[in-house]
Amino acid sequence: MTNPGQRWVLVSAGVLLVTWVLFPVYWALIASFTPEAHLFAAPSLLPPACILDHYRALFSERAFWVPIRNSLIVAGTTTLLCVPLGTLCAYAIARLHFRGQGALLGVILATTMFPQISLVSPLYLLLRALRLINTYPGVILPYLTFAMPLTVWLLVGFLRQLPRELEEAAMVDGASRLRTVWEIVLPLALPGIATTAILTFVYCWNEFLFALTFTLGPERHTVPVALALFRGQYQVPWGQILAGAMVATAPLFLIVLFLQRRIVQGLTAGAVEK
Amino acid sequence: MSRNTEESLARSEARLAWLLVLPTLAILLSIALFPLLWTVWESLHLHDLRMPWRGRPFIGLANYAEALTDTRFWQAMGHTAAFTLVSVTVELGLGLALALVLHHRYRGRGLVRAAVLVPWAMPTVVAALVWRLMFESPVGIVNAVLTDLGVMREPLVWFTHPLAAWVPVILADVWKTTPFVAILLLAGLQTIDPTLYEAARIDGAGPWQQFCHITLPLLRPAFLVALIFRTLDAWRVFDLIYVLTGGGPGTATEPIALYAFGVMFSHLRFGFGAALSVLIFLVSFALALLYIRALGREGRGVA
Repeated sequence: MTNPGQRWVLVSAGVLLVTWVLFPVYWALIASFTPEAHLFAAPSLLPPACILDHYRALFSERAFWVPIRNSLIVAGTTTLLCVPLGTLCAYAIARLHFRGQGALLGVILATTMFPQISLVSPLYLLLRALRLINTYPGVILPYLTFAMPLTVWLLVGFLRQLPRELEEAAMVDGASRLRTVWEIVLPLALPGIATTAILTFVYCWNEFLFALTFTLGPERHTVPVALALFRGQYQVPWGQILAGAMVATAPLFLIVLFLQRRIVQGLTAGAVEK
Repeated sequence: MSRNTEESLARSEARLAWLLVLPTLAILLSIALFPLLWTVWESLHLHDLRMPWRGRPFIGLANYAEALTDTRFWQAMGHTAAFTLVSVTVELGLGLALALVLHHRYRGRGLVRAAVLVPWAMPTVVAALVWRLMFESPVGIVNAVLTDLGVMREPLVWFTHPLAAWVPVILADVWKTTPFVAILLLAGLQTIDPTLYEAARIDGAGPWQQFCHITLPLLRPAFLVALIFRTLDAWRVFDLIYVLTGGGPGTATEPIALYAFGVMFSHLRFGFGAALSVLIFLVSFALALLYIRALGREGRGVA
């Protein structure tokens, strides 16, 4: 279909794109291995010296495993809460008939569009009254405001793509609705559910405003908050900041590399298939 | 089946549906809708955590009156609107180009697609730090390259210049979010029936005519969806600017969310901050309604 000239244009556009997309990441990666003294002297594409000092300092002096642990707990718990409840809700919206179905999906979609800043002050006062400021539940509860609608939205998209015939056959054979869901729908929907879980986890891992507002000290900061508030005594500790940035992003790189097809499917399932 | 059993089946299905929906609905009502209403209530009261002895008296629309006569509020609104307009326009344009490149089959396409997802997956805070590093003044790579190429004679101190400070902000946002736009548009491209192009070619239409008369019109729904997501997201921009410029120099790059955040958590003026939050919400809501109506009209037109 494509002639050689066209292919040449496409390939060079592809190369240009990959460079534009990856260069900033590459630059930061190099910087995280460069001694502080060389960091801003005579930029070159290869580091003048390669050291691991920044990574060592990150974990020994900065105790960076604390924010990593916090992020894992917060994002993991939020995902574990959202996916099962979201699956039930999404199944009802995608497959069952009831009055107010469309309105319900509309309301759920609308909550994803709430500007987070509009919820920050009442959530702060609420969490303060419950003595949950600077605790894990104090971050997880606010996270549900965007993670619940996200999971439902993605799962409705996935479930609508599943064939109905198997379910109908099972029900004609006399299986109850819940047994059908458990034995037929869940196994079929598992890839979609896994993708939803991954996307939910990524959104929670990256969240900043709520984590910044509802945690007070380094012992509860999540990874993005810890990175944003990194300060040196005299100057910006760029080496350590970038080492931290790379550690925060590494798991996401792996997810993208191995699951790109799934992610693309997830991002578009709800939005375009209508 | 008799009508009676049919009706009772439908009723039991509806009962089951509400049972399944209930947990999610209860959570959303209690931690999203209720707080939103609380914000509205709060915005009608004087609530200053620095002055607890004043209590929380009802003051009507005074907080809103203050906002509407506050120059810093209008300035921040202007910044956010300009940021949204510029970044979303660039992102949709570039995203379309990117989607077209990804749509064609060629060797290495999988690699390009994975690479493109990297900025999308990255935390916004990390993206902001990476761009801050590159624009670091006077010694960052951007200054080094621009002075080497002779574009600038002197390195520019980007972050102390009220207009130049927007350059890294916009570039970082475009870099981070164009991939998402491209993915949505790519999915839209893939729903277009390839036989349409074949027919057009037989009728003698060139690539440009095919693009204008087939691709663009059929891509409109996907385009609108991307537009909604991106506009609403750009309108609430916070993380990126918090890390990249802190709203500075002075308040030259301060978006409205950052201003409201400062009012609430540095000045502890929760009542006034709530009024700002409600105004931000109303703009989002108006934008969403506008787009959804456009999308609805689109749906009827196409189907």
